[in-house]
Amino acid sequence: MKALSTKRRHPLAAVALLLFGLLVTGSLYIAAGSISEAKAAETTTASQSDIDEGGKLFVANCATCHGLKAQGSDSGPSLIGVGAAAVDFQVGTGRMPMQMQGPQAQAKPVQFNDEQISQLSAYVASLGAGPAIPDEESLDTTKGDAAHGGTVFRVNCAMCHNAAAAGGALTRGKFAPTLVGVSEKHIYEAMATGPQNMPVFNDSNITPDEKRDVITFLKTIEANGTAGGIALGSLGPVAEGLFIWTAGLGIVIAFTIWLTSRPS
Amino acid sequence: MTTTNEFTASTKTGRLADFVDSRVGASGMVKEFGRKIFPDHWSFMFGEVAMYCFVLLLLSGTFLTFFFDPSMAHVVYEGSYVPLKGIGMSTAMASTLDISFDVRGGLFMRQVHHWSALLFVASLSVHMLRVFFTGAFRRPRELNWVVGGVLLIMGLAAGFTGYSLPDDLLSGNGLRIIDGVMKAIPVVGTYLSMFFFGGEFPGEHVIPRLYSLHIMIVPAVIILLLVIHLFMVVTHKHTQYPGPGRTNDNVVGFPVGPVYAAKAGGFFFIIFGIIAMISGLVQINPVWNYGPYDPSPVSAGTQPDWYIGFVDGALRLMPGVLGNFSFEWNIPFPWGSNTLVLSVLLPALVPAGALFAVMFAWPWIERWVTKDNREHHLLDRPRNAPFRTAMGAAGVVFYSVMWAAASSDLIATHFHVALNDVTYWLRTLFFLGPIIAFWLTRRICLSLQRKDREIVLHGREAGIIQMSPEGGFSEKHEEIDVYKRYLLTSFNDNKYIPAQPDAAGHISRKEKRRAKISKFFFEDRVAPVTPSELEAAHAAHGHHEVEGDKQDSIEK
Repeated sequence: MKALSTKRRHPLAAVALLLFGLLVTGSLYIAAGSISEAKAAETTTASQSDIDEGGKLFVANCATCHGLKAQGSDSGPSLIGVGAAAVDFQVGTGRMPMQMQGPQAQAKPVQFNDEQISQLSAYVASLGAGPAIPDEESLDTTKGDAAHGGTVFRVNCAMCHNAAAAGGALTRGKFAPTLVGVSEKHIYEAMATGPQNMPVFNDSNITPDEKRDVITFLKTIEANGTAGGIALGSLGPVAEGLFIWTAGLGIVIAFTIWLTSRPS
Repeated sequence: MTTTNEFTASTKTGRLADFVDSRVGASGMVKEFGRKIFPDHWSFMFGEVAMYCFVLLLLSGTFLTFFFDPSMAHVVYEGSYVPLKGIGMSTAMASTLDISFDVRGGLFMRQVHHWSALLFVASLSVHMLRVFFTGAFRRPRELNWVVGGVLLIMGLAAGFTGYSLPDDLLSGNGLRIIDGVMKAIPVVGTYLSMFFFGGEFPGEHVIPRLYSLHIMIVPAVIILLLVIHLFMVVTHKHTQYPGPGRTNDNVVGFPVGPVYAAKAGGFFFIIFGIIAMISGLVQINPVWNYGPYDPSPVSAGTQPDWYIGFVDGALRLMPGVLGNFSFEWNIPFPWGSNTLVLSVLLPALVPAGALFAVMFAWPWIERWVTKDNREHHLLDRPRNAPFRTAMGAAGVVFYSVMWAAASSDLIATHFHVALNDVTYWLRTLFFLGPIIAFWLTRRICLSLQRKDREIVLHGREAGIIQMSPEGGFSEKHEEIDVYKRYLLTSFNDNKYIPAQPDAAGHISRKEKRRAKISKFFFEDRVAPVTPSELEAAHAAHGHHEVEGDKQDSIEK
């Protein structure tokens, strides 16, 4: 200890002490954080208090249309048996609570925080069995097969969402939104629950592995960007035609005017 | 026949040039062709743009043929585009992907080819619109108008056959529609489809067949027609806009050599540059997004390239049933019942057919109605031919409504309206739009002509308000210069010609019909200012009120 005590008046002693202190608090914080995270993962199977809290939120925010016991009304469907995934998607993307009645609920800024959304999901899930919120495993795009996902996507999804997932029109004001920027979890939940006008793709129709492949495909083409330059909204020949008639011919006409003008 | 060549060149280059010239007679051609005069106007250059696009198409297309394999044999894609790796597809699709991702510069060349195709047809169309609206198709150029029309159709054919070659989902959907239209033709339809596809759709033959058409027959016909077209341009000489010093017997402009040769050469590289820039920056036809063709999926946003869009739009507008009336007729025959699918046959063939029929026949229709069989080398300002301009506008609206219908789904999503409403509106406009356009355009033309008359007779409003000694206010009008006045007063004026009896004194029914159309076209007319009118106006000049007081002199 003598060596240590002789150096205690060293000019850098204070710095060393400070670093040591920061290191200890930092490690403790990380340890504590990982413990609480582990706890949170365990409690995705909801506690009774979550269900109760979710019930209160439901009565305050959803019951006007879906009924006090989620039995449904003229303005909204029954939510018994839709499962936690449906609530997590609809509320998590801001589609519910609905801003106004219309052909379909539109995405808007999310109204609840993550805890409230999980409480609401827990409440609705407690009313009847339905699709659960997918676990990390089924959303892991490193384990998916993008090429197979692409095939599944083209056969099942592209007719509404467009081959490049840019979205498309449905009848009477309904539409399939773009899938660019939608989180893995929400894509999975949409397939499992069929929100708005979307059909349900249950596990026997598209297996969980195939759902993961589809998500992998979508995330791959999103990450790849466009190989050929500006994508013009990935809308296909209409956008290309519009571009050549406006920008393309516009530049050409500017040059023709320049070439045939002469000082007179 | 011997010609003694007196000229002996003193330099090496001169001797070489003389050697060539005395054998091919190039200097004669240069002398003849180099002195051809072309008038200068920006709207005269779209045909040139189309021609340069075509040159680019040949160059980039040749590059693509080095790597493209038009086979429908099944392969498993193992190239470098990950989201399609291990997927089964045709060799055509796989080689298109290879061009896009594994051939150096391949994607750029594909985009050059496709963008110049779009610009080719677009500039062809604008060129035809210019020719129509300025009346450049009149005698002696009627045949060249027809050749131009056939060139447009060949352009569409080239575009469509090329669009189908990559065998991706989008082009496959397009071929499926062609298959449907073929099969809708009564009696022979199913046979036509079988012959075209070499069996049941999609078969294994259609891509190689389209390839032969796309790289040999269609371009060859285009080149042939292009040569005829240009030959006739040289024979007829170029038309020019009216102006002082420009008559029906001269051409005012610059000679080909050296001015136009230099300008045109430079312009080619400008067009080249524009297309290269667009192709380098903007993506077109990303076949890797669409995936290989498979008859089961149809993607949202499936449209043809813009120039086929109007036919697709007509198909989209056509209802399958109208109330209880079905457009699918089952006609009983002794051997069973044959189906007549009018909901496909009518929209696919009738609007396009009508459009092209009127387009081709228009020079003769106009000649018949106006009884004007003179040669015209001076162009009309569109306002001075209200009937023609109005007919053209009606045609453009008719086309554009169908064109818009091809993107009805994108109109719905991007303007947040219901797809059904878009369809209902466009169906209404399909019938009413051309009528409204005709009426509105003619009124606008007549009003512009009235304005021209005003300006000639009363001068330009100077914006200076004068107060007379008596205290009255009037606006000063400045007389326009003689050049401008010439432009505003000397135009080809068509009048209503009543039905004329023939030699035997008999008025035929056809002649009566002609008179009816002539009345419809020319009943409302603004005559050019005559010298006597101008003199009268000048004599009365100097006391204009703020409000115009000569309204009575305008109509007729």
